Amino acid sequence: MTTSIKQLPDIEQVLSGNGACGGCPATMALRIVGKALGTNAIMLLTPSCAVASMGMTPRLGYNWPCINICFATAGSSASGITHALEIMREKGRLQGELPTVFSWVGDGGTYDIGFQALSAAAERNDNIIHFCYNNEAYSNTGVQRSGATPRGAFTTTTPAGKRQTKKNMALLMLEHNIPYVATATVAYPGDLYDKVLKARNIPGMKYIEILAPCYLGWQFDMPETVRMSRMAVRSGAWLLWEGENGKISFNHPSSLIISGKKEAAPVDEYLIKQGRFNRLLKGPDAESRIAAIQGDINREIAFMRERAKITV
Amino acid sequence: MKAAQVIMDTGAHAAALAVKSARVDVIPGYPITPQTSIMEAVAAMVENGELDARFIPVEGEHSAMAAAVAAAAAGARVFTATSANGLLYMHEVLHMASGGRLPVVMCNVNRGVFAPWTLWADHQDSFAQRDTGWIQYHCSSNQEVFNTILQAFRVAEQINIPVMVNFDGFAISHCLMPLTLPPQEDIDRFLPPHSPEWRLDPEYPSSFSNVTNASEYAPFRQMLSDDILASIPLVKQAAQEYKDITGMWDGDTIDTYRLEDAEVVAFAVNSMAAELRLSIDILREQGIKAGLLRPRLYLPFPAEDIIGALPQNAQVMVLDRNYNFGHPGGILASELKNALFGRRSDITVKNRVMGIGGIDLTRRFMAAEIRAMMDD
Repeated sequence: MTTSIKQLPDIEQVLSGNGACGGCPATMALRIVGKALGTNAIMLLTPSCAVASMGMTPRLGYNWPCINICFATAGSSASGITHALEIMREKGRLQGELPTVFSWVGDGGTYDIGFQALSAAAERNDNIIHFCYNNEAYSNTGVQRSGATPRGAFTTTTPAGKRQTKKNMALLMLEHNIPYVATATVAYPGDLYDKVLKARNIPGMKYIEILAPCYLGWQFDMPETVRMSRMAVRSGAWLLWEGENGKISFNHPSSLIISGKKEAAPVDEYLIKQGRFNRLLKGPDAESRIAAIQGDINREIAFMRERAKITV
Repeated sequence: MKAAQVIMDTGAHAAALAVKSARVDVIPGYPITPQTSIMEAVAAMVENGELDARFIPVEGEHSAMAAAVAAAAAGARVFTATSANGLLYMHEVLHMASGGRLPVVMCNVNRGVFAPWTLWADHQDSFAQRDTGWIQYHCSSNQEVFNTILQAFRVAEQINIPVMVNFDGFAISHCLMPLTLPPQEDIDRFLPPHSPEWRLDPEYPSSFSNVTNASEYAPFRQMLSDDILASIPLVKQAAQEYKDITGMWDGDTIDTYRLEDAEVVAFAVNSMAAELRLSIDILREQGIKAGLLRPRLYLPFPAEDIIGALPQNAQVMVLDRNYNFGHPGGILASELKNALFGRRSDITVKNRVMGIGGIDLTRRFMAAEIRAMMDD
């Protein structure tokens, strides 16, 4: 049973008075993550909205020891910390339960500039949790295209809409043979909470990607964040799944879409709500463009359905 | 009391033995010629239990320095090593190490930089990192590499500034020389266990290296600049105490040879400066009052010690194994002139660039160059 939002613990690791935008999905997600991780953790941040939100030195809106690191280095920096803690405990310089070492990184720091170091940390199976809060663009620098930006989306560096599809980062991480990979999004806080709790207790490399609909980048109304997150899942544009030692299982409600018990909602409604697809939805070839996006989603659903059948 | 042990070993292996003696905790490593032998040796020591440490086989030098810096922030004693383009690739993270005041020690095995490719020694790589805020030693023998790594850890951890220990690829890294290994208890006496005042600790939630306003950023930078200069007495103290305990001496900020009455002073770093002692002997036989001044410390530049050591009216022949692009000649000459300006108008500085990409610098060649420079 998924933990319900009412059952989440009271602990708050995201403190009041931070600098996030109203309706910020990354901050919502971090709040849930904090409830699952508790206080005994060390947080790494690459340049991103989460840094812009955390407060300026010496103030801090997150209740962990936080280290800001070079953009490309989430994987290697987290490895450095976890190895340091482990050897210092082996040598008797640290006692008690070691803190959870986790990176809190955007899609730019995960899909793009941080990919190499993250891939290497996964290949080494170092004992860390890498969270990617994916708002599908470089939101912090004013919304530029990333490897996570979906086809058709306007960003300031794709003024005519992105021509390429996004990549399936979570699946790429699964193919590193790491013990745990999961996807989540803010409309399903209990699902996210359970996944973080599970990851925390698994030794080795864990990757959790959280779809984070950003009102600024996606151009929808600020109070609509959670609704947008839910629509992403219901349309199949975002699939909730977890991979434990390579075995994929889908979570509600994505499991219904994968099994065919429920039709995915047509993507139009999801797209119409978002200003970043405006250009796409106007003009004589709107239908074919929407069909291309629907095709991307259908392909991913079909692919993940088949991939999940492989259980070697 | 145990006696020191004397072995024959390469410079690269001497570095690895120093890492072991320093009881390092974490070593992120990535191969690059000619540094690779250090990482191979360290990885083997960790694997066979000789060295109680974690070796992290990272996927590149940028990650090697990132893992090193992060491990240091977690409270560990950290070492890594690189060469040439590996060092250049680290550049961004070198700034984080110094700005973050994290006492990482790194060997850079000097090699010329790309393009075009070269495998052999010159000093463009380390000098190109001048403005990263690292303390930089340059060593001229295998023994000095061993000794200096231990001194580097001490200085780094006293003042929370990372230290780079440079020595030449192949001429030092791959050549066998006698190496004296002091007893471990002597080294432990010289280099106490690392216990940083601050580390990442969930008991104390706080931010580290987060965004600052200019009013906070500027004092951080000023403090780094001041503390780099303030490391000079610590460098001297480390050299002296190391000598008191082990009996070994390579110089402190500078090393000199037949300098006292010299009229012609050769000025150079690394292995070529060891060879230059022989050139000095040749010149002395020819009736030229020659001497050597070798800066062991390149950064901070030991200006006061150089000014104090140069004989009156000396002609200083700076032999640079690098280019100072945009200026005629090399970087050492530029640094020296900067130090002397307005302080020692009696001194003449002459400069030639040589030995680029590992061109062999023999005692006769350098003696002839110095003679020719007297007519420049």
